[in-house]
Amino acid sequence: MFETIQSVPLNHYILFCSLIFAIGVIGVLTRRNVIVIMMSIELMLNSVNLLLVAFSVFFGDSSGQVFVFFVMALAAAEVAVGLAIIMMVYRNTRSIDIDILNRLRW
Amino acid sequence: MIDLIWLVPLLPLIGFLINGLGRNILSKNLVAWIGCGVVFFSFLISCVLFNSVYQARQLGEDAATTIQVFEWFKVGSLSVSMSFLLDPLSAIMLLIVTGIGFLIHIYSIGYMKLDLGFNKFFSYLNLFIFFMLLLVLGSNYLIMFIGWEGVGLCSYLLIGFWYKNSSFASAGKKAFVMNRIGDLSFLIAVLLMFVSFGTIEFGGVFPQAAKMVLGDNTVVLISFLLFIAATGKSAQIPLFTWLPDAMAGPTPVSALIHAATMVTAGVYMIVRSNILFTLSPVVMQLIAVIGLVTALVAAATAITQNDIKKVLAYSTVSQLGYMFLGLGVGAFTGALFHVITHAFFKALLFLGAGSVIHAMSNEQDLRSMGGLRKQLPITYITMLVGTIAISGIPPLSGFFSKDEILAYAFAENKFLWIGGFIAALFTAFYMFRLLFLTFFGKFRGTFDQAKHLHESPVSMKFPLIVLAILSLVGGFLNVPAALGGSSSLALFLAPIFSDSVALSKPFHLDHSTEYVLMALSAIAAIGMAVYAYIQYVQKEVIPYPDNVERSFLSRLSYNKFYVDEIYNALVVKPLNSISTFFYQIVDKSGIDGIVNGLGKGVNESGKMLRLLQSGNVGFYIFLMVLGVMALLLYGIYTI
Repeated sequence: MFETIQSVPLNHYILFCSLIFAIGVIGVLTRRNVIVIMMSIELMLNSVNLLLVAFSVFFGDSSGQVFVFFVMALAAAEVAVGLAIIMMVYRNTRSIDIDILNRLRW
Repeated sequence: MIDLIWLVPLLPLIGFLINGLGRNILSKNLVAWIGCGVVFFSFLISCVLFNSVYQARQLGEDAATTIQVFEWFKVGSLSVSMSFLLDPLSAIMLLIVTGIGFLIHIYSIGYMKLDLGFNKFFSYLNLFIFFMLLLVLGSNYLIMFIGWEGVGLCSYLLIGFWYKNSSFASAGKKAFVMNRIGDLSFLIAVLLMFVSFGTIEFGGVFPQAAKMVLGDNTVVLISFLLFIAATGKSAQIPLFTWLPDAMAGPTPVSALIHAATMVTAGVYMIVRSNILFTLSPVVMQLIAVIGLVTALVAAATAITQNDIKKVLAYSTVSQLGYMFLGLGVGAFTGALFHVITHAFFKALLFLGAGSVIHAMSNEQDLRSMGGLRKQLPITYITMLVGTIAISGIPPLSGFFSKDEILAYAFAENKFLWIGGFIAALFTAFYMFRLLFLTFFGKFRGTFDQAKHLHESPVSMKFPLIVLAILSLVGGFLNVPAALGGSSSLALFLAPIFSDSVALSKPFHLDHSTEYVLMALSAIAAIGMAVYAYIQYVQKEVIPYPDNVERSFLSRLSYNKFYVDEIYNALVVKPLNSISTFFYQIVDKSGIDGIVNGLGKGVNESGKMLRLLQSGNVGFYIFLMVLGVMALLLYGIYTI
């Protein structure tokens, strides 16, 4: 199996994951819908996961894959808490547009 | 007994503390007893000390003792202690300060009786006596300087005693500022002295100086600076205008400070440092010329003044000019003799004037007085004695002291003698003018004043009588050889001047010349008295009121030769405009601008930074991303 993964050069993996990460960042910065922002965050985390596994395969060090497990668990927990917060925001402001939340302005 | 010398200044200091701290609590009676009592005890101890010095001098000893009270400070090679020097000169000055001080304290009981600040007045008087005693007793220049500055301070406090009147307060300020200029000069001289002699003790400086060559530059500079200090303290040209203004203070103050003691401090200091001056012939000539010019200018101003105290003030400046003339021509004993006799008759004249002012319900203008002989007999007789004394009519004290100075002046330079002679003419004239306008003729005051005319109480009469007796007999302290006397004062003071006498050319005047000079001045003085009598008693001339046109010379004299106006234009106005410049532009706009500007800058930047808080979450996240990127870049490039 490692040969299959290693048949794609490492540079491809790095470029691909960087692109996905950049898309995720732009999504977080640009979109107004909070659900879409959560999805973009997930996208960023997943791109990092992929890169970690690629490095683990290419250098034969399994600590990369262990780290992926942690990241996935963390992503799940974070989504749970994030959605709970979004629920409370929706109940109070009847909207999921983050531009509504500007009470911390001067 | 000589160990108790430290009691002499300490008692007035204690009097000051008790009277000053208890000025709102103690009764006037108690304050008067304490105030006069401490000075009286100081006087008694001074008498005992003088007696011991006198006995020692009779045995032919130098009679100079230094008593150290405590060590003040020690820095490197300079060790200064509070130590007193008891020698013939300081013994005499002790007697004058405490004796006349005591008489004036007694006088003040009567004069200031109705004043609300009675207690404060006595505390200030005691403080003044304390500082004056430090001045005359100090055995080094630093202790003398403490006393020097302290009497300037007390002069300010006492001149501006009735401080609610702003012109009186200004007069006090003027006196203090002019004194201060002299103080600066004194301090520089003391510093120079330390640099060149390594010590500031009299016993260290004078023997070293005696070995120096005549005209040594450092000694000339030191003595010049000391002379400037003396012009400030003793009201000579150019620093004399504070003394007439100082008449704003109560009359006992004028008598004590501006006649008998403080203004003679300059003369005392020069007499004490006589060796330094003898080594600087240039400075001696300067002293003589300035003394003479001061004597003439002040005398010329006094002849048209109409305020009884102003006449006496200009008379004091003129007599101080005489003393400086005496110092300048080498008549150190003569100058000191004149200090003593002047203290007697000037204090007497001022106290008498105070008595007149008191009787006239605080009127001071000569044009409103007249014919007071009948109501104020004791005042009249004592003032008559004082006037005859100051005019230099024999055998009263003024004649002997003035003539000694004039004889030395004649031996030095005929022109100095002529100037001194003319000043003596003026002196006799304006003093008798004062006497005649006050006590002779018809009364020119208001009806209310006439009703209140009364002779002074005993507390004011007693000092007048004592001082009159002293003015009568004081001359016999130093009768010159030409008149068959033994010059006892000169003999008494000989050790002080021994170094100077060794260096300067001896005084020699034919006895016949001396007789001629004495006769000339006596006859001239009597002649001017007669002239004044003719003018003011027989012809009943009354001085012009203020709005009448006067001749040019009369105007010059009446307006005090416009010296105050010249000083105002040359010194006061430029200083005021410089001060305004520094205040408005440098301080308010410049420094405050910078400090306030910093605050404003911080404020403005805060206002701008505040706008970053837009509340827009997207913007915050964007900045977070930027921050993380910056950290990563930093990490990549440094590791």
